[in-house]
Amino acid sequence: MDGNTVRASSRLLKSTNKTALHLERRGKMTVMVCAFLIISAALSITIFLTVKGLDAFLENGVSIVDFLSSTNWNPTDHKSPTYGALSFIFGSFLVTILAACLAAPLGIGCAIFMTEIAPSWGKKVLQPVIELLVGVPSVVYGFIGLSVLVPFLRSVVGGQGFSVLAGTLVLAVMILPTVASIAADGLNSLPGGLREGSFALGATRWQTIWRVVLPAAMPTLLTAIVLGMARAFGEALAVQMVIGNVRTLPEALTDPAATLTTIITLNMGHTTFGSTENNVLWSLALILLAMSFFFILFIRYLSSRRKFS
Amino acid sequence: MMKKMKSVYLLAVLALMLVVSTACGNKNGDNKAASAGDKSSSSSESMVISGSSAMQPLVAASAEEFKKQNPKADIQVQAGGSGTGLSQVSQGAVKIGNSDVFAEEKEGIAADQLVDHKIAVVGMSAAVNPEVGLKDISKENLIKVFTGKVKNWKEIGGKDQKVALINRPDSSGTRATFVKYALDGNKPVEGAATEDSSNTVQKLIKETPGAIGYLAFSYFKENSGITPLSINGVAPKAENVIDGKFPIWAYEHSYTKGEPKGLEKEFLDYMMSDAIQGELIPSQGYIAVSKMKVERDAKGKITKK
Amino acid sequence: MNSRQRDQLATLVFYSIAAGITALLFGLIGYMLYQGFPKLTLDFLTSPSSSFKAGGGIGSQLFNSFYILVLTMLFTIPLGLGGGIYMAEYARDNKLTSTIRTCIEVLASLPSIVIGMFGLLVFVNLTGWGYTMIGGALALTVFNLPVMVRVCEDALRSVPREQKEASLALGLTHWHSIKTVLLPAAFPGILTGAILASGRVFGEAASLLFTAGITTPTLDFGNWNPFDSVSPLNIFRPAETLAVHIWSVNTQGLIPDVRAVADGSAAVLILAVLVFNLLARWIGSLLHKKITAQA
Repeated sequence: MDGNTVRASSRLLKSTNKTALHLERRGKMTVMVCAFLIISAALSITIFLTVKGLDAFLENGVSIVDFLSSTNWNPTDHKSPTYGALSFIFGSFLVTILAACLAAPLGIGCAIFMTEIAPSWGKKVLQPVIELLVGVPSVVYGFIGLSVLVPFLRSVVGGQGFSVLAGTLVLAVMILPTVASIAADGLNSLPGGLREGSFALGATRWQTIWRVVLPAAMPTLLTAIVLGMARAFGEALAVQMVIGNVRTLPEALTDPAATLTTIITLNMGHTTFGSTENNVLWSLALILLAMSFFFILFIRYLSSRRKFS
Repeated sequence: MMKKMKSVYLLAVLALMLVVSTACGNKNGDNKAASAGDKSSSSSESMVISGSSAMQPLVAASAEEFKKQNPKADIQVQAGGSGTGLSQVSQGAVKIGNSDVFAEEKEGIAADQLVDHKIAVVGMSAAVNPEVGLKDISKENLIKVFTGKVKNWKEIGGKDQKVALINRPDSSGTRATFVKYALDGNKPVEGAATEDSSNTVQKLIKETPGAIGYLAFSYFKENSGITPLSINGVAPKAENVIDGKFPIWAYEHSYTKGEPKGLEKEFLDYMMSDAIQGELIPSQGYIAVSKMKVERDAKGKITKK
Repeated sequence: MNSRQRDQLATLVFYSIAAGITALLFGLIGYMLYQGFPKLTLDFLTSPSSSFKAGGGIGSQLFNSFYILVLTMLFTIPLGLGGGIYMAEYARDNKLTSTIRTCIEVLASLPSIVIGMFGLLVFVNLTGWGYTMIGGALALTVFNLPVMVRVCEDALRSVPREQKEASLALGLTHWHSIKTVLLPAAFPGILTGAILASGRVFGEAASLLFTAGITTPTLDFGNWNPFDSVSPLNIFRPAETLAVHIWSVNTQGLIPDVRAVADGSAAVLILAVLVFNLLARWIGSLLHKKITAQA
């Protein structure tokens, strides 16, 4: 058990003896194993979910074109089941983009406040606030949405309250801290000389922010928004609690809708493993997986364009 | 020095736990029947029941009672949905799978391998927001409402309010029953919301003007704030279901793979005993299956007992 | 409007955004604590949950949350540490390193529901365990691993280069210097990161729905035999956590007092997040002081 006991000789700083070299090799092996476990985790998730996600198309003969382009979702019809997932795909994109539109200006505004307007105390106050907001579990956001936001929307804008709007607002609040903290990191890493140069030319603070800081930090800011969108796209429970889960295309913001994730959570337990109606849920998950790969690629593209890092 | 060895030590722990867990897991999965045989008394076995979330409280409460009489029996009741229960029982992962629907109605299940034990009957009906002003609805009109042909309650004698449909998810057993026996198989249109939980549906009907949804009888209490609808003049009451006058009801099934034996049999027999059928089942708003004067098969054919 | 007025206007806007976000946080936390605090009696925190009657507690769920967190950390910390050491110390600028980086990014960006479905496929169906605590902990490990690797890597990289170089110059092997010099120096950073990650794990629900399940047996806290199905220690039993409980009582529950139970549980979750955050800060600064004082 020389794993737990260390011989006195190795307490010497000079560690050229055999045990030390042996430990060196074993240490390296250990961390290599960890690294390979990470690779295998990522690979196996991708492979398992891809294979399972394709089952519906390859084994059950669901048409992939219909799946992606039809809004006719009726998997429980015994005579002629249809599997058109377009409304959910549309729903996911809709709430993600709307949430990003709300969260991006607010999050970046918050980041600018922390770095440009009040770098001394603004950061001290807002940094913990943002960290706490990141830490609030998504079910809590969903629960507050369900118990406060939905009744509020019902009484103010009408309808049932369960709506695209409710989902968007919950998601926007959820991704706001993510956007803000990454944007703040990006703004902080800009060279200080940029701002000083601008001020020296007589620009006001707003002109400096608008004309110099924001353009220079644009790739990082976009990365922040995309990461926020990735989180919004994959969020399941908070959205499911407030969006209404209706499989038709929404016509207005106050209409209920459904997303990929909400359909998965609602139907997973009711369907039998291996049936077509279960397999199409895995195909929905495959879309989620593919989208998260897309988000990664997009972020990589953005970071390759970063001017200052 | 321990601290330095922490990562190595923890890795060893990890590896060990994985090995142990795999070993235990296999034992749990495959050898349960074998280990059951080893034990001298069948009441000291353990088994897992899984399936319908709606049935979980009933079965869990029965299991508690059962355990009081057989302290050595170990019964776990999980919920995960009817589909999960049926898949797991046919794979042999659990001993009993609870379902709101006949196994024959679920795709991908070898129903002929499973033995059906009908535990209870659940009656359900449509319910509306009290302001709609209806207490009775003809089946014809009910179908019109749910298929979107009636868009305002005044068209069928209610107040001037828009209809707001509250549905259940496609794969839900409650929905399947309602569509089959209340709507005669007509597909409901998408409405205002789709919710899985009866609690949420009840709350929505109560709070939303013009709302209609469908719920089990146990939610039709005096102060529930919703109006249950009679259908063709027949009130949604247990007596009417027992007589076969009220059409919308379903069995709560417990499935076993093959004929039940040992603890499975003991427990299922216990579920059919008076203690459960006479007290626990009515107290949770179900109808005792032993009282039913009619029977229904998987195809929906009704026969008098 | 001249440029000075515009500047003032913009400043005003930024101030109000910052104030709004701060107000949002205090509003959220204040509301949840205000709603939930009256429910936080000892009885509520310790009694088992009820599946159809009013008046259930969250005792089992609370225990499950902590137990699953401990198990997850038991898996994640060594793996994350190993991965972090590799990335910070051994990784060369080659294909393998960039593959690992990509894998970490992939894992980090996976929606937690997707991780939950992977868990359902592998830890629930493939192994035949059914819904288990261990399945949940393994799914959470996948969920948490990229965070831990990043935390460890950052902490190791932030150790001054001179410290490492000095130890190597003294003739230590690489591994020996990692163990005796780098890790102790990086320890505060790793610990702080691990505690923050714990907060995230504690509140996670979507990846547990299909792995640890949405039910829990009524735990018998007098029974510490890890192989008994009602024993709290058993890792092969379904284990609904607090976060999952909030979701399941709201969307599938049959109990009449959903609101009260959910309010109470949400308040506990919020409190836990607060505690984890404060703890991380406090320990971080404490250790920092201790180490800098020693040095």
